[in-house]
Amino acid sequence: MLKLAGQLAAFALFALAVGYFSASPQYNYMAADKALIKMNFSHAGQPTQACRKVTQAELDQLAPNMRKPMDCPRERVALLVEVKINGESKFKRAVPPSGIARDGAATVYEKFELAEGTYAVSVAMRDSRREQGYDYIMQKEVSIEAGQVLVIDFEAETGGFKFL
Amino acid sequence: MQAVKRIGRYAFERFESLFDTIFGVQHNPLYHLGALGWFFYWIVAVSGIYLYIFFDTGVHQAYESVEYLTYTQWYAGGIARSLHRYASDALIIVMLLHLLREFMMDRLRGPRWFSWVIGIAILWLVFACGITGYWIVWDKLAQYVAIASSEWLDSLPLFGQSIARNFLHDSTLSGRFFSLMVFIHIAVPLILLFILWVHIQRMTQADVNPPKALALSVFAALLVLSLIYPAESQGPADLSRVTSSVGLDWFYMAVYPLIDLFSGLTVWAMAGLATVLLFILPWIPRKKTSLAVVDLENCNGCSRCALDCPFSAIAMRPRSDGSPFAQEAVVLSSKCVGCGICVGACPTATPFRRHSALIAGIELSDHPVMQLRQQVMQTSEGLTGSTRILIFNCATGPDLGALRDNATAVLTLSCIGQLPPPFLDFIITRGFAEGVLLTGCREGDCHYRLGSRWSKQRIARERDPYLRERVPRERLEIFWAGVDQSSELSSRLRAFRQRLAQLDPVRAKGRPPDPTEAAAENA
Ligand code: HEM
Ligand code: SF4
Ligand code: SF4
Repeated sequence: MLKLAGQLAAFALFALAVGYFSASPQYNYMAADKALIKMNFSHAGQPTQACRKVTQAELDQLAPNMRKPMDCPRERVALLVEVKINGESKFKRAVPPSGIARDGAATVYEKFELAEGTYAVSVAMRDSRREQGYDYIMQKEVSIEAGQVLVIDFEAETGGFKFL
Repeated sequence: MQAVKRIGRYAFERFESLFDTIFGVQHNPLYHLGALGWFFYWIVAVSGIYLYIFFDTGVHQAYESVEYLTYTQWYAGGIARSLHRYASDALIIVMLLHLLREFMMDRLRGPRWFSWVIGIAILWLVFACGITGYWIVWDKLAQYVAIASSEWLDSLPLFGQSIARNFLHDSTLSGRFFSLMVFIHIAVPLILLFILWVHIQRMTQADVNPPKALALSVFAALLVLSLIYPAESQGPADLSRVTSSVGLDWFYMAVYPLIDLFSGLTVWAMAGLATVLLFILPWIPRKKTSLAVVDLENCNGCSRCALDCPFSAIAMRPRSDGSPFAQEAVVLSSKCVGCGICVGACPTATPFRRHSALIAGIELSDHPVMQLRQQVMQTSEGLTGSTRILIFNCATGPDLGALRDNATAVLTLSCIGQLPPPFLDFIITRGFAEGVLLTGCREGDCHYRLGSRWSKQRIARERDPYLRERVPRERLEIFWAGVDQSSELSSRLRAFRQRLAQLDPVRAKGRPPDPTEAAAENA
């Protein structure tokens, strides 16, 4: 009798533990009154050096199947990305190209937690060899409510940055 | 390290004693953790197949199809879903306990590294199954898991594009990636099944099925849980919203808060470090095991050793020495853990044989049967009184030094299964002691898996080599003592001695004990 009670208690405890921890306690990973701006895009910067015309003398030295009139270095520049919210710089980083030869696209993934409200958001990016300034800039006033997710995307073909 | 294990083992055995009284030794779940793991795997597999029949693998349809299963078809699909989830959770519990127990009981060193290392792969695969499972429901928890997991993967500098982009926004949501998850959630469990099979390849008669009553009871417990508290989704995923909290399945997702707390890379480093640490545990410290060695001249190819070896370390091969027997035993040294159970099985390991010829067909390299016979005779000489008791215990059992006195001697074997039954005959009928007490690991659980089971069966004449009928059973006592049961062992010993005192003296059959022989062997 006592044994049976013990077994029942053991199985009940087991089931209880399984049931409880399978979906509780709740995990609060963000304040409930916050909203999220996510920035994510991949983009290939310009090559670090411009293509160069190969001289005839140099061409003659190459194997016939390697003779190309232009020498284009594959390495790309790092992107410089900056995000300002209400004029305050929240993110400024040089994002290196991917790949061992540093010839791939650079990828940015960043999240900004903000309280509900209206913000002046400006996003800027330099993808060229220039030393100053940016090649793409988007400035926008956005209102966000708690729990909302706003996405900053980038597409060079359609003119650069945009909100999704 | 060994000190940690001593404490851990003691703790485990205390619980095992408690569970012994509640469940009975036969049904003690702590002795069947691996088997329970298999059982839960099968529950998950069967319920999963049922769910898959109704599951829609499209990212926009998945949620609805799971809702249908949960509510419209609650009586079958809902129960299947709950069982699928709860058995997966139960699998984690028994798996982690199993891992901890194998470690504390020190069942991972020497050639036993194999199951351990395979076990580490199992660990990763099980988590991969669980996480992809929650992913494909495409509810709010799935959304959290999808984003957190892909961000975590992205923290590794492996992938050019970010995986998290697939779950950035409804316009980037990738149906293809989602289908990939569904595929992984089916493929990984199949790989897991194969790896689970590999996991037990080095074991003879692996315990893969829990006792029926235990299996039925845990199944009933999960079924009741499924009915009272069915598994539900947490609302449909919506990538344009972020919820501030989710109900995590802590069995599978305890790692996610760590990612938020530290960083993705740090948690990868922690997971990698933990894996490496687990990986090297079988070799800290290195274990020197003695090996079984076959002596072909004494091996008749009966294959009993191969049948009894718990670690599949003996192969029967065609005879190589031209003798008329068809087969011979060959020890696969990379698998042999040195338990000696094969010696206890060999019909040629009998102390009645002439001294000069006492080499068994199979021997433990550092403890041959000739030496064992000599030890028996020598220790017997040192005992006095009319209730002399020889205790055989195993090296992995509790230390019995305190039981020694002038009427009690302790002989330690690698495993109790190393003792060939004719030794009991020899000791009692030749009058080397009035009684023999056998002890080893606790009842129901042998350090070398099958040693105590085979010993019991040999003595009960259910398994070769049988203990001869002429051996008076009342002069044998068996008590399988755990490390927490030393005092029970002492009281058993006292009671045994009182019983022996009331028996008529043994009429020594065959030759009387021959002190000159022992003396000769001493020299
Ligand atoms: C789903 C998960 C698992 C299942 C179903 C499982 C199942 C089993 C089974 C049935 C046995 C044989 C028990 C016997 O007959 O004596 C066993 C032994 C063993 N398992 Fe597991 N196992 C799992 C995970 C693990 C993990 C994660 C580890 C450790 C990393 C591990 C380490 C071991 C070891 C060391 C042995 C003993 C081998 C020996 O006695 O030499 N297992 N397991
Ligand atoms: S000592 Fe014998 S029974 Fe034990 S593992 Fe080695 S071969 Fe197998
Ligand atoms: S039990 Fe002994 S005789 Fe039989 S096969 Fe094994 S070693 Fe040979």
